[in-house]
Amino acid sequence: MEASEVMVSLLILLPLGGSVVLLFAGRRLPEPLAGMLGTATVGTGFALAAVAGWGFLTGSGETLRVPWFEWLGPLGVSAGLLWDPLSALMALVVTGVGALIHLYSIGYMKGDPRFGRFFAYMNLFVASMLLLVLADGFALLFVGWELVGLCSYLLISFWFEKPVAAAAGKKAFVVNRVGDAGFLAALMLVFAAFGSLDYGQVLGRASAELSGGMATAITLLLLLGAAGKSAQFPLYVWLPDAMEGPTPVSALIHAATMVTAGVFMVARTGALFDLAPAAAAVVAAVGIGTALYAATIAVAQHDIKRVLAYSTISQLGYMFAAVGAGAYVAGMYHLTTHAFFKALLFLGAGAVIHALSGEQDLRRMGGLWRRLPVTTATMVVAWLAISGIPPLSGFWSKDEILATLYARGGAWLAVWAVGLATALITAFYMSRMIYLAFFGRPRWEEGAHPHEAPGVMAVPLGILAVLALAAGAVNTPWRPGLEHFLEPSFEGLDLAHLPSGGTQWVLAAVSTAVALAGILLAAAAYLRARCPAEEGPAWDLVRRGYRVDEGYARVFAAGGEAAARFTSVTVDEKGVDGLVNGVGVLVRAVGERLRPLQTGFVRQYGLGIVVGVVALLAWFLSRGGW
Amino acid sequence: MIVTPGWYLALAAVIFVIGASGMLLRRNALVMFMSVELMLNAANLSFVAAGRALGVLDGQAAVFFVMVVAAAEVVVGLAIIVAVFRRRATASVDELSGLKG
Amino acid sequence: MVELVLFVIFALAAVFGAVTTVWARNPVYSALGLMLTLFSVAVFYVSNGAHLVAAVQVIVYAGAVMTLFLFVVMLVGVDRAENRKENLPVQRPLALGLLVLFGGAVLVAGRFAWVTGPSGGRAREGTAEALGNELFRRWVLPFELTALLLIIAAAGTIALGMFRPGEEGGEEDEGEAA
Repeated sequence: MEASEVMVSLLILLPLGGSVVLLFAGRRLPEPLAGMLGTATVGTGFALAAVAGWGFLTGSGETLRVPWFEWLGPLGVSAGLLWDPLSALMALVVTGVGALIHLYSIGYMKGDPRFGRFFAYMNLFVASMLLLVLADGFALLFVGWELVGLCSYLLISFWFEKPVAAAAGKKAFVVNRVGDAGFLAALMLVFAAFGSLDYGQVLGRASAELSGGMATAITLLLLLGAAGKSAQFPLYVWLPDAMEGPTPVSALIHAATMVTAGVFMVARTGALFDLAPAAAAVVAAVGIGTALYAATIAVAQHDIKRVLAYSTISQLGYMFAAVGAGAYVAGMYHLTTHAFFKALLFLGAGAVIHALSGEQDLRRMGGLWRRLPVTTATMVVAWLAISGIPPLSGFWSKDEILATLYARGGAWLAVWAVGLATALITAFYMSRMIYLAFFGRPRWEEGAHPHEAPGVMAVPLGILAVLALAAGAVNTPWRPGLEHFLEPSFEGLDLAHLPSGGTQWVLAAVSTAVALAGILLAAAAYLRARCPAEEGPAWDLVRRGYRVDEGYARVFAAGGEAAARFTSVTVDEKGVDGLVNGVGVLVRAVGERLRPLQTGFVRQYGLGIVVGVVALLAWFLSRGGW
Repeated sequence: MIVTPGWYLALAAVIFVIGASGMLLRRNALVMFMSVELMLNAANLSFVAAGRALGVLDGQAAVFFVMVVAAAEVVVGLAIIVAVFRRRATASVDELSGLKG
Repeated sequence: MVELVLFVIFALAAVFGAVTTVWARNPVYSALGLMLTLFSVAVFYVSNGAHLVAAVQVIVYAGAVMTLFLFVVMLVGVDRAENRKENLPVQRPLALGLLVLFGGAVLVAGRFAWVTGPSGGRAREGTAEALGNELFRRWVLPFELTALLLIIAAAGTIALGMFRPGEEGGEEDEGEAA
């Protein structure tokens, strides 16, 4: 094995080993040590990824395949890793943001009785996520896919003493299962079509061997899986509830990394989506629809973390629109910048919640900027970034998506328009959140003493703020660094392109104006002494996510319950149990009738034998032989 | 007049029937056991006689095994009778009807 | 001729012994009747050429088994005369009728070749050597199994003898000691 192969393998094995050690010894380690161990494995992973990926940046790197072992022998599926620019980018984001969030968690989870367990799960998550992004085939991808789902479940319901948290974990698990079923069906179709699950085989042979119908079927099923994991319509309902988990979990899993797995997967299998333009259009439509829809819900939320949750769903919608339109680079670009600013927003929200001793309601915040200057400063950076104010990172990535959509013309102009409207709403609800939380008059309860987060939490905030501020520089229209970086991964794909120079400037100006308009509108409504009431049936409807959850509960949960009751009562209790009990009753009745034959007199039994012997003998004699 | 094996077989049948009647008509467990011995001996006699008629030694080998079984049966059966007697002070099988339905 | 005389004498003795066994009120007489039958059968063994079996019959049956029987008869009580009255309704006539039928059927069956098999083989002497060859060659596995059976019987007897009534809680009512 070469050095780089060892490095790439270690990338997964380090956090995996960390999680094993923490799982078994976490309770005995003193508190900060467990956290530092967890942080160190992920941080080392980041360093390894940076070293191994350096070649791609300088242009000397080559796509690397690390064979691990033969797996599922008869199917000819092997397990191995694929190290190309796309997986390198994902690995860097996962380990980089992951390490910062681990560091932050040392402060945030301080004093938790299951401190070691938390880092064990977090490390396991990072290992699983790396397995997901580094897999060289669908089979291993699926293993990572399920493992991150498991970690998500474990971490959402980390405080399982709270019934809400336990229920939220269960909901995430069940909803993801719906998507995973589609994903699994897609894998079966892939295997049926290619006889292999290896990326090299499948993506390489796809254009030559795959029929259009099959490609559409596979990609639509893949989209179902991606929608489950990335919380897209209609499978988004688990993500807002997932905010019951600890805030670093929301930042790492439900903002920066795991939920982007669907985007990554679509980008990775771009060769298949290329063959199914209809499915790709569905991806984009689902994405942009979800973006608008979730953004409107975010406007009405009171819980600071639920605002961010719906915002995440909305931003993921942008990424889906991008990859659906063939703008894979723009999608991955937005994925990266979003990982920075959304993780920052969540960690900042966590700092606020920490400062207010668990308060999450925006109506009882306000005026925090005096008490939390560092948090406020970093949050403002993230706010401007997600709103799309130049030159912050969010502007560049979001604008690239919108510009690409515009450049495709035709029906895509509608997608672009919806995206632009979403940008307006995004700027509005983010500004609303920031104003309500940090500005205006303090509305927190008497006796609360908001205090700035400790250094171990502030440092990650600062680093992420710098990244959110400057990460846009990696891919500007006049210096498309990321595009060159990712080029080998998307070779031969039908990529969408940016419009020409002049149009770009106009579009940039338009989206900047839209962002500013959103911020100013929000300022007019919320930058006041009193917090607006926001009451009425319309607000209520939107706040409850258009009551989709209730609808799901009525249709699917109640339907499932009815089906379960049918099988339990009618089929099992009456049918199966009835059969078994009926046999029992029959045997008992026959036995009751035969009971008197057992008189207790041995001699009568003997007489019975003689009767039988004589009868047999008579029979033999009458037949004249045996 | 020659004594053919058939005579022995007929005698064995008679002894067997007498033993069986003892089994069916007597209540004393000991006598019933003795009746069983009678039946076993009748069977043994027919084994030997038939073996002679067929010109093989298998019949006598079978007698050997029957004897072993009879010995085992007598040992265990008598132990049971003694155990029952110690508890119930009776050897009448009609009074032992604890398992009647 | 000698065989005929012997057969008549000992057949009468055997039947008499058998009837005594079944008929006697006193179990001691039953035991004596049984012993008479066993001796008679031993004589028949000899006249059929089964010398070893006859010896075993005398030693094992008339010696060991009968001693055991008499021992138990003494232990259980010789003084109890059995009540002759049958209290099971149809037991006696039915049993007698069926047994007569059975005996008749067996005697009739004995006339058919499909019951008796082809006769006319040369009689073989059941000396210790001949029977030993038979038992330890052809029948060696069943022979070993009988050893197992005897061990099990001995163990069971010891177990039955070891436990006294009342020693084990809850077994007081119906069952024998086990």
